[in-house]
Amino acid sequence: MSLNEILDQVRDLPPPRILSNKPRFSDRIFRGIVTLGGFTSLLILGLISLFLLYRGFSALRTEGFGFITKYEWVSSINSDGTEGEAASTYGVGAMLVGTIITAIIALLIGAPVAILAAIYLAFYAPIRTRKFLVSVVDLMAAFPSILFGLWGLNVLMDQGIYVAELLNKYLGWIPIFQVPVPVFLRSPFIAGLVLAIMIIPIVTAVSREIFAQTPLDRIQAAYALGATKWAMIKTVAIPYGYSGVVGGAMLGLGRAMGETVAVFTVLNIVYRANFDILLGAGGNLASHIILKFGEASSEEIKALMAAGFVLFLLTLAVNLLADFIVARTGKRGK
Amino acid sequence: MVPVSNEIEVKPKQPWKPTQKEINTNIGIFILNILVTLSLIQFTGFSGKLAFVVLFILFSLSTNFLFSLYKGGTVLAKNSLATGFAFTGISLLLMPVISILGTVIKRGTEAMYIGFFTTDMSDDGFSSALDVGGIKHAVIGSVIMVTIALLFSVPIGILTALYLTELKGRGSTLIRFLVQAMSGIPSIVAGLFIYSALITGSGRGFSGFMGALALTILMIPTVARTSEEVLKLIPSDLREAGLALGATQWRTVAMVVIPAAKSGLITAAILGVARIAGETAPLLFTTGGADAVNTNPLDGNIGSVPFYVWKALIDGSPNAIARAWAGIFLLMIIVLSLFIVARKIGSPKKVRS
Repeated sequence: MSLNEILDQVRDLPPPRILSNKPRFSDRIFRGIVTLGGFTSLLILGLISLFLLYRGFSALRTEGFGFITKYEWVSSINSDGTEGEAASTYGVGAMLVGTIITAIIALLIGAPVAILAAIYLAFYAPIRTRKFLVSVVDLMAAFPSILFGLWGLNVLMDQGIYVAELLNKYLGWIPIFQVPVPVFLRSPFIAGLVLAIMIIPIVTAVSREIFAQTPLDRIQAAYALGATKWAMIKTVAIPYGYSGVVGGAMLGLGRAMGETVAVFTVLNIVYRANFDILLGAGGNLASHIILKFGEASSEEIKALMAAGFVLFLLTLAVNLLADFIVARTGKRGK
Repeated sequence: MVPVSNEIEVKPKQPWKPTQKEINTNIGIFILNILVTLSLIQFTGFSGKLAFVVLFILFSLSTNFLFSLYKGGTVLAKNSLATGFAFTGISLLLMPVISILGTVIKRGTEAMYIGFFTTDMSDDGFSSALDVGGIKHAVIGSVIMVTIALLFSVPIGILTALYLTELKGRGSTLIRFLVQAMSGIPSIVAGLFIYSALITGSGRGFSGFMGALALTILMIPTVARTSEEVLKLIPSDLREAGLALGATQWRTVAMVVIPAAKSGLITAAILGVARIAGETAPLLFTTGGADAVNTNPLDGNIGSVPFYVWKALIDGSPNAIARAWAGIFLLMIIVLSLFIVARKIGSPKKVRS
């Protein structure tokens, strides 16, 4: 083969390929669609706040800041269009108080139980028991809220009243345990008890996951120094998981604030700011919306939308804060 | 050769296991606790199941504390107290679960009869006798709405998960936060939103489609988060192999990643359904809750199982409450079987790689 032939062959070689890291056309479409899907949650959250604000704006404008501080909810127009006697005024203050009170009761009762259960699941339970109990906790989280309401009303109520009577009898000197009339049925305390049981699964699940991430080398270091199990938990697991567990408890708080059906079922919904938690009257924002929605005039509907907007902002703020705290714990110390 | 007759069996030592003596002592203390609590219930002012549980827990905690204090000083005593508290926590968690499941099974069958699943409530009130009327309309409505919600939320949820795991775009952190936040929005807000955006002032009435949209909002976060967890588990070797063979990213995702994650994604959808099957509050604002069968999701009030329970609960008469428990019983069977199916499908398998 002569040199010229070889050179001819070389000349016939295809030109070098152009390499590029630009995505192909099909990939660009794919990325576009996926990004669109990814941002749906942003879109939905935006639309929720936009529409609730838009529909409730007139009520918010009339009442101003008083909408969340006033303890009055009076509608001047009845649902059939006739004029009522009083001028209408809308303020969700009392229900906001009720929301916070029931959620705090739920947190005070539910969080300790949930955190102890999480400690058991993370450090004490044998593997099989743990797997089974974790599924039970997941299942409990999927119980419909109306089931908690029905159970709370028919089963838990009697026990709750008994405990409430005991609290009133022996701790009655504390202002919040006083009752003007001895009506213990369907009180914020019992609603808080039901909410406590409802938030236990989520707080347990979050706390258990955080505790399960405790670095193994630190646990083993503690044991190697002769620590008992409790000493290990106290010096390694709790400092590691502390803020995550707080975040988990806050997630529970957010759930308790937004709970509707169970509270409506268990609590005797009365529009008043009830600080006597053992007295059977009160409510929360969500149950108030349900109560008024059925017979509301178009004007009152607007106020209810504004109330929904307040509830949305409140739970969103609590949840975002909680997620932030949990996410920060997860990153640390890996 | 003489066969070795007296082989020495070498068992691994397990020094962390409690010895027989310790087990006996523990059982003894346990029985003592029960006996003392029972006698307290019997002979003093305390009575009832609740008092028994509370006393038993308090008494067990203190005897265990004292026993280990005697045995090993304050260090062991504190340890046993902590163990006791951990056990208390898990038992307090399990008590309501057992009570709820027990009550559902006990009360749920009162209103059940053959016709319960084949008739609707159009001719009968909730307080009428328990051998008329049924839940057919509610089951049909629920199935329709959940199916529509499934059709919307599964693609959106999986796309969100793909965005978080495959694209890892700049917005990932934000989206992850927002999905988390979305899973925490109260269900009533979802209902109010659909009502305010699509029903009020539009001339449209309640319909199954509106209910399905509200349920979609609640279902997206569950599907997205579970799918993300599943997609994260797919080894990146698979993706790299796909790309190295010259496939585009979307071919890799569609032909390699999604098939590998298929069972997990199905689990995500099932868990999403379990999440929304019992939602009541959003349906109160969007569906109207009919008492007769309505198979058209686009027009007219439509019933659903949670709404059926709600109506029975509001009615409040003993027969209506029995109906409510029956509806709940049905819901719980659905949720429980969905869970078991999800566990079966999603139980960790080795990904072919």
